[in-house]
Amino acid sequence: MMAASSQTGAAAVPLLGVRGLTKHFPVGHALFGGAALVRALDGIDFDVQIGETLGIVGESGCGKSTAARLVMQLMPPTSGSIMFDGKVVGSAQLPLKEFRRQVQMVFQDSYASLNPRLTVEGSIAFGPQVHGASARDALALAHDILSRVGLDPSRFAGRYPHELSGGQRQRVNIARALAFQPKLMILDEAVSALDKSVEAQVLNLLLDLKDDFGLTYVFISHDLDVVRFISDRVLVMYLGRVAEIGPAKRVLGAARHPYSQALLASVPTMDPGRRTAEAPLTGDPPNPINPPSGCRFHPRCRIAEEVCHIREPLLTDQGGEHSVACHAAVAGSGHTAAGRDCAAVRPK
Amino acid sequence: MNETTDRTGDLMVDVSGLHVAFRTGGATKVRAVNGVDLLVRRGEVLAILGESGSGKSVTLRALLRLNPPRVADVTGQIRVAGIDVNALDARSLQDFRGGLVSMIFQDPGIALDPVYRVGDQITETVVRHKGVSRTQGRRRALELFERVRIPSPEQRLDAYPHELSGGMRQRAMIALALCCEPKVLLADEPTTALDATVQIQILLILRELQRDLGLTVMFVTHDIGVAVEVADKIAVMYAGKIVELGPVFDVIRKPRHPYTLGLLATRAHGGRLEGHRLPAIPGSPPDLANLPPGCSFAPRCKFATDKCRRIEPDRETVGLAHEVRCLNARLTGG
Repeated sequence: MMAASSQTGAAAVPLLGVRGLTKHFPVGHALFGGAALVRALDGIDFDVQIGETLGIVGESGCGKSTAARLVMQLMPPTSGSIMFDGKVVGSAQLPLKEFRRQVQMVFQDSYASLNPRLTVEGSIAFGPQVHGASARDALALAHDILSRVGLDPSRFAGRYPHELSGGQRQRVNIARALAFQPKLMILDEAVSALDKSVEAQVLNLLLDLKDDFGLTYVFISHDLDVVRFISDRVLVMYLGRVAEIGPAKRVLGAARHPYSQALLASVPTMDPGRRTAEAPLTGDPPNPINPPSGCRFHPRCRIAEEVCHIREPLLTDQGGEHSVACHAAVAGSGHTAAGRDCAAVRPK
Repeated sequence: MNETTDRTGDLMVDVSGLHVAFRTGGATKVRAVNGVDLLVRRGEVLAILGESGSGKSVTLRALLRLNPPRVADVTGQIRVAGIDVNALDARSLQDFRGGLVSMIFQDPGIALDPVYRVGDQITETVVRHKGVSRTQGRRRALELFERVRIPSPEQRLDAYPHELSGGMRQRAMIALALCCEPKVLLADEPTTALDATVQIQILLILRELQRDLGLTVMFVTHDIGVAVEVADKIAVMYAGKIVELGPVFDVIRKPRHPYTLGLLATRAHGGRLEGHRLPAIPGSPPDLANLPPGCSFAPRCKFATDKCRRIEPDRETVGLAHEVRCLNARLTGG
């Protein structure tokens, strides 16, 4: 399946297609004149191809978790559409219950994700039973999947969440998601709470499971090293918009958007001889209640020009399935660096 | 006595044989710190690197006697600028905390009172410790807000903690910690909850303040990159012990303890080649209420022998000011 989709490239029907996805949260009360909108997500488009891992990066408040929750149908979008496997989610062809079987999510907080009163096997078998499996089949499946995620069923099946370490609990959460035999897994900071030595184990497990079960991942994280390791393509978000999207090697190796570049340059060095001399950005990410005019990044951008204050840049194809929303990357945008800088940075 | 004064000439922090065990109500104790020896010189930055449960924060807290005496048994000697911390009476301890040694935390909520304006909190602290007027205290607060680069500092002095963003709160906490000109700054994961672009700003501010004020800093972190950005020396902790200690260049470029080697190798970096997996450290950290005999890392160590499972390794010098606790340190040398 993977081979087929990579051969036909972008022409294949994506597993997940998101168009114009928007979520605004009202805050305050209109009666007291305090009503405002948090523009958590403001019209984003992306596709996820069968068999790939799409990494989503960005800072707090950029909308990455909101996007995940909207895709999972955990809350209704303000506007926008979500297609799965070529079908509209929630339509007669793809009822919500069936969609939710095929798309599963793993969260950051492994403890809050599990019912403290259910044993490990109970938690894993619960879903398949809801979807019609007999109790005995569901339990057998739970034991099988437990061993697939590296937990010996004879030792772990009867335990409660509080009797497990963080790494073990996250394995249970992954097992529970797998019990639905999903096509797509959304991993929202799924390894962020784990210690580094355990994180590596879980990342390896995710790679093995992806091969074994033919899974597709959306991997949300603030950790660029982890995203670089696991992703085929990377999407960079800033204040509810897509800043840059493309193959992981290009987005993380030859980033075009000044924000992506700053994010990469902010990662602490591993070389004591080359410590960071200057912070790439000043100040905190702005509040999504009143996003800046024009390009949302312009107040913090080192190459912002007048056009950036006025007009919002559109996501523009740079070739090689790499798109950037920055005036400086688009010839004829009115930015003095447009076109010039473009060819210089483009890899061979 | 004479010997102590000699040793403290340039020494700011001198910890020897530190043990901290927490009583849990049952028969067992959680042995969080199991024999830590540390020397930090004036103006030096030591990063304590470790995973959750390694005892790094408990060690740091012991320096300010912040581990609750109700549940924590603390033994061993802690001297800061020649002062025996465990011998301080209540009043001297108050002067010591914030005056000579000050601390910043991961969550500024711990250090800042939510119902007072941040400027007032700093002013009050300066007045209490330095015995100056409120006007002078306020001036000091403003000066510090400028130093930690809080934009429109005068207005922000009148803000409540919840009115500040995460990065600004962290800056306000640093200002609060430094307002009484401490000699030693203890930092417990101060940038862990921050976004990447904010984290690097705070790290650079801390580095600048350390240099300008000649601070001695002990910086606890789980992030190797953060340690590399700030530290002169790194102490790697595992199961309540320092397993490797040395200059940052040596620990990062020539690590000798198998745990440090593992930590550096497990770091995901660079693109993944097809079919490639990370070299993970198997298993998980030991139960501190039930530590294995011998070396605590032995159950996860690929170099471990029967001897490692019986004998606790002693400190072994492997380079200039570089020491490890490993019976197989000869094998891990390049």
